[in-house]
Amino acid sequence: MLGIAAGHGGGVPVNVVALRTPLGDEVLSLRAGDRVTLSGRVYTARDEAHLMMEERGVPFDPQGAAIYHCGPIIINGRVIAAGPTTSARMNNLSGPLLDKGVRALVGKGGMGETVRGQLKGRGVYLAFTGGCAALAASCMKYHNIYYEELGMAEAVWELEFDTVPLVVGIDSRGNDLFHDVSCKAKLQFSSLFR
Amino acid sequence: MNANAIDQALYHTIVQATCDAIRQAQIFLPADVKSAITNAMERETSPVAKGEFHNILANLSRAEALKLPICQDTGVPVIYLTIPPEVPYCTALLDAVRDGVRKATREVPLRPNVVDPISRENTLDNTGVGMPSIHVSPGHQLAITVLPKGAGAENMSRIAMLLPSEKTSIPKFVAETMLIAGGRPCPPVILGVGIGGTFDQVASLAKEALLLPVDRMDPFEQELCDTVNKLGIGPMGLGGDTTAIAVKVKRASCHTASLPVAVNVQCWASRRATVVVSR
Repeated sequence: MLGIAAGHGGGVPVNVVALRTPLGDEVLSLRAGDRVTLSGRVYTARDEAHLMMEERGVPFDPQGAAIYHCGPIIINGRVIAAGPTTSARMNNLSGPLLDKGVRALVGKGGMGETVRGQLKGRGVYLAFTGGCAALAASCMKYHNIYYEELGMAEAVWELEFDTVPLVVGIDSRGNDLFHDVSCKAKLQFSSLFR
Repeated sequence: MNANAIDQALYHTIVQATCDAIRQAQIFLPADVKSAITNAMERETSPVAKGEFHNILANLSRAEALKLPICQDTGVPVIYLTIPPEVPYCTALLDAVRDGVRKATREVPLRPNVVDPISRENTLDNTGVGMPSIHVSPGHQLAITVLPKGAGAENMSRIAMLLPSEKTSIPKFVAETMLIAGGRPCPPVILGVGIGGTFDQVASLAKEALLLPVDRMDPFEQELCDTVNKLGIGPMGLGGDTTAIAVKVKRASCHTASLPVAVNVQCWASRRATVVVSR
């Protein structure tokens, strides 16, 4: 589903694309640098959960799903903190999920060249502001848990997202904001200290 | 008072004060940091970076309203104690601070982050061998300052033993530290820079620099900050004018043949708080 919403909160004079899971081809028209909000069911997965899902199967319908790189603190069904974790740790683990129909990966810090390739024509990487645990807690609700035996941080949590504010970091055409910024920083450093 | 002990009442006061300082630091960002973030947002010209600032400020108000930690990485406890002449520097004093950390871990609550460095076994109460890291100095009053330090930014910190002839290379080393770090330490960052002293002292100076107010910089600090910002890494590595909110420098005298330099990287969640114990 796709729509145009006003900026999240006030004061930011840009249009924000409202996304809702399950995602479809609307993600293909997103471009790196676009601001979006994400609503609907989203599944957390860190390193251990990715390995477990490869071994024992994906416990939810992966078609159009969004995966959130996050190890939340959830106590008695209340989301206490749920900021993003570093996505790069999942660089070599994301392929199988994208093959099964996952359309969006959500996390912080960006991902490597492999994932950039795997997202082509299929999906996007969405960046959530690192450290924003309280903001996350106030716009995510607990819905279910899978692979609970992995422990709180590593289990797969099914969360209901309510207009979570994100930025398209990598789009489905191979544009990668993180990579561009890093290349520019290297050039700038060389010109400052030649 | 016994020179080797502190009384029960003071012990419990220190436990509570430590816990209170940690809670304050975890939920409320200091006013100078908050205003520096707000000012940086107003100067920012990149819409993506502005959006990141917007999220950061929204997060700060949610944390305050919900009484929740600002970030899920509640860090490891770094603690600075000043003690007046009438309070003895003794084991019980440090034990009280450790108990304060345990209490905060249960009550705030904090994520248990402290593990054995090799077995990686978690103590579950944020204390351990040499942890909390406690720094004691003499003063006029009993004051407990906490600086919870998250790993993402701490891991990007660097130290160099430069040659005395390389003093003009200090800005390069500082900028290079941020170039290597990129978006990983959750920029916009505050950089604490130590210059001089010895190998161990310079790292302490860099960390102590993070206790300084960030709403003003001297010309050298401003120059370092401007240099870092020319890299364009921006909030979260997504590009923008603000890679560093501030750079703060602390110096110590050093050997004529040495020039130690350290950069301690601090994410935007520059959490610190002080509780003064009135007696």
